[in-house]
Amino acid sequence: MAEELVPALEESVFDLHPPMHQFEVRSIVPIEIGGVDVSFTNSALLMCIAVGLAGLFFWFATAHRSVVPGRLQSVAELMYEFIANMIRDNVGTAGMKYFPYIFTLFVFVFVGNMLGMLPYSFTFTSHIAVTAALAVVIFITVTIIGFARHGTHYFGMFFPHGAPLLTAPLLIPIELISYLSRPFSLSVRLFANMTVGHIMLKVLAGFVILMGVAGVVPFAVVLGITVLEFFIAALQAYVFTILTCIYLNDAINMH
Amino acid sequence: MPQFDPSSFPSQFFWLAITIVALYFVMTRMAIPRLANVLEQRQKLIDDDLEQAEKLKAETEAAIAAYEAALAEARAKAHEEIKAVTEAAAKVAEAKNAEVIERVAKQIKDGENRIAKSRDEALSHVREVAVSVATDMVTKLVGLSLDDAKVGDAVTASMKD
Repeated sequence: MAEELVPALEESVFDLHPPMHQFEVRSIVPIEIGGVDVSFTNSALLMCIAVGLAGLFFWFATAHRSVVPGRLQSVAELMYEFIANMIRDNVGTAGMKYFPYIFTLFVFVFVGNMLGMLPYSFTFTSHIAVTAALAVVIFITVTIIGFARHGTHYFGMFFPHGAPLLTAPLLIPIELISYLSRPFSLSVRLFANMTVGHIMLKVLAGFVILMGVAGVVPFAVVLGITVLEFFIAALQAYVFTILTCIYLNDAINMH
Repeated sequence: MPQFDPSSFPSQFFWLAITIVALYFVMTRMAIPRLANVLEQRQKLIDDDLEQAEKLKAETEAAIAAYEAALAEARAKAHEEIKAVTEAAAKVAEAKNAEVIERVAKQIKDGENRIAKSRDEALSHVREVAVSVATDMVTKLVGLSLDDAKVGDAVTASMKD
């Protein structure tokens, strides 16, 4: 009887809460423009919440604009200084004119990752479509900046200075591939980190119910992993932003 | 995996574009100018305070220098005055000393003169006393009354020995 119960329960738990279910994009308000389905989905809802939340946060954080900052203002200033220093350190003062874009990007990814940590919410950064769209736009923008600043010299990116000419047939394809693979690595890194973390949490949380009293063990693990996931959510937003800075640095200063 | 279902891609792209552009405007119109303003103001305040502190420090140093100069001057002046007073006192003391010495010397001299005069006077009386004593002695012992002139000659003669 008991042996039969466990697989039955197992099936029912994962039937009720399949680990991939949380990534499903569900339409809330069906919209169609020119035959293309652009429905307002749970993903779109979370994006809007992220923007609204970020807007409200910065609105209240900077409401007083006091010389001695309060708690919220300190956090907002910390984020500002964090990104400003990141650009200064990785790109230099020439990169400061791109500060608003990088700051927006960081806030968007950071708030998206963090909102995804809420139970029953949706992580729009766990979708390759979103991360790839961001990465491709970044890649194209950076490449345009590179060519605008250096003209045809920007092709020098694919052949390091001082390398013997004989190595060109080998070096150029390698450099070209490494350059072109940037949007892939940038998008897959964020998407994979977010997806895997959430699947892991879901599966382990399923075990808590399955294992009954012994479920305290996976429960403790889930607790630990939740902390880890918050850390990863912040870290991946940072990594996404700093890689953008590094690509921007290559475009502005070349290597 | 729902992530690889292309049917949701257009909607995701569409809303991503709208929301991130919206966020960009929220950041550039509101958050970034406000934060930049606050940070700039704080930096300005800090710079102003530092400048003020620098100014006050310079003033303090100037005051210390002035104080030290005044102190040195006062010290020099005091030294000079002490020297002048000491010299004057020494002069006065010397003068007084000289006066006293002179007075004492005069007194000594006067005394010596008086002593010499007294001695001479005493010495000039010795002969008379001797004559008188000799006369009286002879009268008492022998019962003779001698002529003063003779006794005087005898005394003079014996005093010469």
